[in-house]
Amino acid sequence: MKLNELTIAQALEGLKKKQFSSVELTKACIAQIKKHNREINAFITVCEEGALEQAKKTDNLASKGDAFRGKIPLLGIPIALKDLFSTKGIKTTAGSKVLENYMPPYDATVVEKLKAAGAVIIGKTNLDAWGHGSSGENSDFGPTKNPWNKAYVPGGSSSGSAAAVATDMCLGATGTDTGGSIRTPASFCNVVGLKPTYGRVSRYGIIAMASSLDSIGHLTKTVEDAALLLNVTAGNDSHDATTPIKEVTDYTKKIKDGIKGIKIGLPKEYNVKAKIDSSDIKIFQDLGAEIIDISLPHTEYAVACYYIIQPAEVSSNLARYDGIRYGSERQNFGEEAKRRIMLGTYTLSAGYYDAYYKKAMQVRTLIREDFIKAYKKVDVILAPVSPTAPWQLGTKADDPLKMYLSDIYTVTANLAGIPSLAVPCGFSKEGLPIGMQILGPQFSEETLFKIGYFYQETTGWHKQKPVMRVKKENG
Amino acid sequence: MDGEIMKQKYEPVIGLEVHVELNTKSKMFCSCKAEYFGKKPNTQTCPVCLGLPGALPVPNRTAIEWCIKIGMALNCDIPLESKFDRKNYFYPDLPKGYQISQYDQPFAMNGSIEIRNRQKAIRIRRVHMEEDTAKLVHEFGNQNAKIKDQKYTLIDFNRSGVPLVEIVTEPDFDNAQDVKEYLQKIQQIVRYLDVSEADMEKGMMRLEPNISLHVTRNTTHGKNNVSPVTSHLLPSYKVEVKNINSFKYVEKAINFEIDRQAKILDEGKTPVQETRGWDEKKQITVSQRSKEEAHDYRYFPEPDIPPFEWTDKKLLELRGQLPELPSKKLERFIKEYNLSSYDAEILTREIQTADYFEEAITVSKDRNVTPKQLANYIINRKPDLEKTLPVQLVQNIIAASKTATVDEKHLEKVVQDVIIENTKAVEDYKKGNEKVMMFLIGQVIRKLKEKVDVNIIKSEIERNLK
Repeated sequence: MKLNELTIAQALEGLKKKQFSSVELTKACIAQIKKHNREINAFITVCEEGALEQAKKTDNLASKGDAFRGKIPLLGIPIALKDLFSTKGIKTTAGSKVLENYMPPYDATVVEKLKAAGAVIIGKTNLDAWGHGSSGENSDFGPTKNPWNKAYVPGGSSSGSAAAVATDMCLGATGTDTGGSIRTPASFCNVVGLKPTYGRVSRYGIIAMASSLDSIGHLTKTVEDAALLLNVTAGNDSHDATTPIKEVTDYTKKIKDGIKGIKIGLPKEYNVKAKIDSSDIKIFQDLGAEIIDISLPHTEYAVACYYIIQPAEVSSNLARYDGIRYGSERQNFGEEAKRRIMLGTYTLSAGYYDAYYKKAMQVRTLIREDFIKAYKKVDVILAPVSPTAPWQLGTKADDPLKMYLSDIYTVTANLAGIPSLAVPCGFSKEGLPIGMQILGPQFSEETLFKIGYFYQETTGWHKQKPVMRVKKENG
Repeated sequence: MDGEIMKQKYEPVIGLEVHVELNTKSKMFCSCKAEYFGKKPNTQTCPVCLGLPGALPVPNRTAIEWCIKIGMALNCDIPLESKFDRKNYFYPDLPKGYQISQYDQPFAMNGSIEIRNRQKAIRIRRVHMEEDTAKLVHEFGNQNAKIKDQKYTLIDFNRSGVPLVEIVTEPDFDNAQDVKEYLQKIQQIVRYLDVSEADMEKGMMRLEPNISLHVTRNTTHGKNNVSPVTSHLLPSYKVEVKNINSFKYVEKAINFEIDRQAKILDEGKTPVQETRGWDEKKQITVSQRSKEEAHDYRYFPEPDIPPFEWTDKKLLELRGQLPELPSKKLERFIKEYNLSSYDAEILTREIQTADYFEEAITVSKDRNVTPKQLANYIINRKPDLEKTLPVQLVQNIIAASKTATVDEKHLEKVVQDVIIENTKAVEDYKKGNEKVMMFLIGQVIRKLKEKVDVNIIKSEIERNLK
């Protein structure tokens, strides 16, 4: 096994035992990026020099003994960042030509925390520009390809992060999820994706898409790794007024405690039984969980509600890119950004606000209440991530509505502000990955990890890796 | 036009928006220093007040509490629920493309404030919190070849994000003088609260009146063919005037605008609804923006800041922190210290003077110096209160009166005698011949056995002539 193929937990163990150094680990990742990024297009920026320098520093720290490790929990681990995360001195493009040459003068809180935890920033990953997209095709730096079949989409908008983790270009990668942008690519690329509770992880320094929906999470090879990363990123931030002062527990602590007695709800509106294998449901029952049929009656309005609130906030958040300060005119916005700016500006305009935005906010309350009611009966809810398996590049690109409808099972968690963990659950007949999500009440991440972990350990879907072949450059 | 005729034909309808910059330590949504006056441009900035990608606002608690205190001082209701909203518009001084302000749930609403010469109090519609914009500095010509002999504009972000409280009145004013008095009151109150210096010349207090003229019903000037309106209806247009940057020009700008509109109405036309700017050099208002270009601000709740919920306990605590306000203090000074309203008004104009006066009273107890003496001394002699300790002041008064301990009753009797004996001189004085005062003082001195401070005699005569 190559070093870059390790999980975070395995790599930490190896580093601790001095089986290898962070420099070696980082070099293995960079070698993998160099080998495959041309085809996959997972990275917009690779920080080879900076990463190696950082790795060297962490190796020096590590040589000072194990005492350090408790305080520096990710010491030496190469992590990739979605290119929405502001990084001091590393260009941050948001996947858009508008910010093609933007160099932030500060680090996002999450980036600061990851650095303080000893993580090595290996590069900035590709995405649908500004986070606008479900397929990864909307990047101004070219689409990311699905590592399982390069003719297919990897899912978006955290497309590069998912593809990079799936192809072992890094050990974990950050993402943002406004309507499914972590969970969809995770499920399309056969990796684990966590969308935490709204406000659990600081948004400070992460280029905003829709501020009331943006949730900051990550994509990893295993559920345990997801818990390890959340241990570092979660918590109140004095720079983000929407992060409550709420204790961060060690999310790995109870991960192996089992799921006996846990009540799992299957919402009829999510078509769960058609989308998720009955054998999967039986696995949970075999592990001692109770399966209960439930209803989330306002689900059918979720996409409509989401596509009013989200563009409204987008139109306001993108106003600052006014052509004066970032050196790029507004006509450089891509089609999708322009579409959302127009939609949002329209729905917020005088005379339309009540009919659209205000109405949507009322529907949002109903959707949130659906979940609150459901969680009185069940501990978690099981649902598919995407209504379909990954599709071929280009097949939905010209039909925004079709594209929007692919978010049908993911937007509800964002509207309700609840956490959701996406885990691999098998493959389509074309051999493309499928994921399912476990949704819990606010701040129930610990429970989600527990369930995800047991499912993962039982099925082992996450261990399947895409076969990567390198095209010979000279035939 | 002739002011009197104008008054008969038209009644000005004036509402005010007053912006007050708070003197908190830090800005509204970040920890940059809020005090920017005279600072080197763009030295007090951060990702938040520069509106950089990813930056988020975190509200300044102190600023919000001060805003609520202003609301309380203006007799407003303080709703238990409040929130921030985004006001979306483009302008180079607004780095985020929106201003964080308050739309439908301001921190304070439905207040009122009394001003002299008015039967009805001025109604306060709302008091809300927002952030200041950056400052545009317009320049001309430069060494730089690119902008040589050209106009250009620089942006100073030191002001971006400074806490700003907006106080909006109902259209309850009908003349410029009252507006000026209202402004002075607002200035006095925020200074009493110690939340702003409210210096207009430094831009810490800004006035935006909206002005229109209401055609009174019984106009006899038929040639103008202006259709009469019923008195409770507001005019169909209003003109907002910006850039009044000095107390000096408040009345001038408003009166200019009233005259301008009256002339248009005289021609049988309706003034255009627009925003005009006061041109200090030319002493006129000039059109800046017409109704057609009016903004649709696309307000919506600020998602980056959770809404606020106050408890009665918290509001009570804030109310408890309010100082005695000018009007209350004035009333008390008259009652408690037996001062004329004129004296009390001068002493309470600034809280520092009032506090000084009361400190002096405390130290003068058992020393045979009356509040009235203290008041006279402070008002007439105008000692430098910053350099004179109250104890010192009291000592000075005692020293001055050692040669002239006044039997106040005796003095009063002598003054009254002199007034009765010199009816002609008194009449002349009342007609405005102030020179006669010296004659009256001389008469009093002649009748008094002891030597008395001329100022004390003078004020005693004045008091008796009121």
